[in-house]
Amino acid sequence: MSESVIARTGRALSREELAARIARDLWPGATVNLGIGIPLLVADHIPADGSIAIHTENGLLGMGRAATGEEIDPDLIGAGKGYTTAVPGASVFDSSISFGMIRSGRLDVTVLGALEVSETGDLANWYVPGGRPGVGGAMDLVSGAREVWVATQHVDRAGTPKLVRQCRYPLTGRGVVTRVYTDLAVFEVRDGRLVLRELAPGVGADEIAAKTEAAFVTDLSG
Amino acid sequence: MSIDELPTRAAGPVSKACGTLREALAHVRSGATVAVGGFGACGTPIALVEALLDLGVDDLHIISNNCGQDGRGLALLLKERRIRKFTGSFPGAAFAEHFARGEVELELVPQGTAAERLRAGGAGVPAFLLATGVDTAYADGGVPVLMDAEGRLVKESEPKQKQEFGGRTYVLEEALRPDVALVHAHLGDEAGNLRFRLTARNFNPLAAMAALHTVAQVETLVPTGSIDPDDIHLPGAFVDRIVIADAPLGDADE
Repeated sequence: MSESVIARTGRALSREELAARIARDLWPGATVNLGIGIPLLVADHIPADGSIAIHTENGLLGMGRAATGEEIDPDLIGAGKGYTTAVPGASVFDSSISFGMIRSGRLDVTVLGALEVSETGDLANWYVPGGRPGVGGAMDLVSGAREVWVATQHVDRAGTPKLVRQCRYPLTGRGVVTRVYTDLAVFEVRDGRLVLRELAPGVGADEIAAKTEAAFVTDLSG
Repeated sequence: MSIDELPTRAAGPVSKACGTLREALAHVRSGATVAVGGFGACGTPIALVEALLDLGVDDLHIISNNCGQDGRGLALLLKERRIRKFTGSFPGAAFAEHFARGEVELELVPQGTAAERLRAGGAGVPAFLLATGVDTAYADGGVPVLMDAEGRLVKESEPKQKQEFGGRTYVLEEALRPDVALVHAHLGDEAGNLRFRLTARNFNPLAAMAALHTVAQVETLVPTGSIDPDDIHLPGAFVDRIVIADAPLGDADE
């Protein structure tokens, strides 16, 4: 089905709305790492009381909101290299402790962006061949975190689906994704299969089918 | 061996303090493998790195998370073609330009793997197993290593040795033992004991522990005994030279 014939009854979530939707699924006591882009916006939608602890892999557990004005301290940054704040009860540590925390299962959720997610939960998000090489902590996070949630637009700017049968870009991890939140829908990866769990308000299953290359099953029960 | 004339360590308390950057960096030679602490601009030993330019050191293999930020530090060394090879997780925009012209070689390593390889180097662990990167080009080969002058890829990474353990597949990772580490700390004493501040700690203690010879720049340098033992983050045993970050370069004939 071509893009032009898809009936658009619903409205895609804005980046902020998508971040707010993801934040709703986090729970008090969770330790969460937020990647650059939409994932970092999730921080604006969680309680300010520190009940959800934000981990930033450069060495801070208990990251607060972005620092402004006189709060700016060059020694206190997040993984995106922006100035940040620390919540009461925050701790700082070196990079080996930070990634030890990730690999040993202390990180409940990592929320990351994606170039592509495959129907079996493979993630590609670190490299576009011919582009700038750089992986940062992405492979460590997807390998170590208990849950790997992807936050992404459902299709790229050219309208090409980002949920695909097989990733064409180099993988960050194989079979690592546990949930995908897009501007149109929420998917879970269950037993190595993509399951459509939720539609954005007013978005129809036909639109998801048209804009998703990956095979998926539908289970919209609660 | 790129370091020669390493001084014999004296017994008992001895001052490792240097008055100039030149004196602090006296044992860094061209061709050396140099671990540099910092994450972005945070906790980066900018004064030591930029002094290497003035000292004429080149042909360096740099191990660091990023290869310079905002045109400073390692980005200046890149621009002056002083870096032969970079090992790290996120080399950055400046690096990408020089890499695309075939001027510098890349060993791309996941950030936590790089941290642990340094930690292992400083802990006497020669190799270890990590699950990070299994089933990716990092473990199976194919990560860009070198381009030619026209920007064509001429070398990709080789597959890494893998090992089954307890029913899971791991990558066999080797410790990093750089010749030299350059690190930044908030506070240090003349015995080389260091204290870091907030997220400026990052790779600094790991780089210091891994290297055969460690040079620390500090914001404040105090006499030995001024820092409570409980407040020291890195023991002076891992530090060989210490200098105030805003110390002068110093004259060549001194």
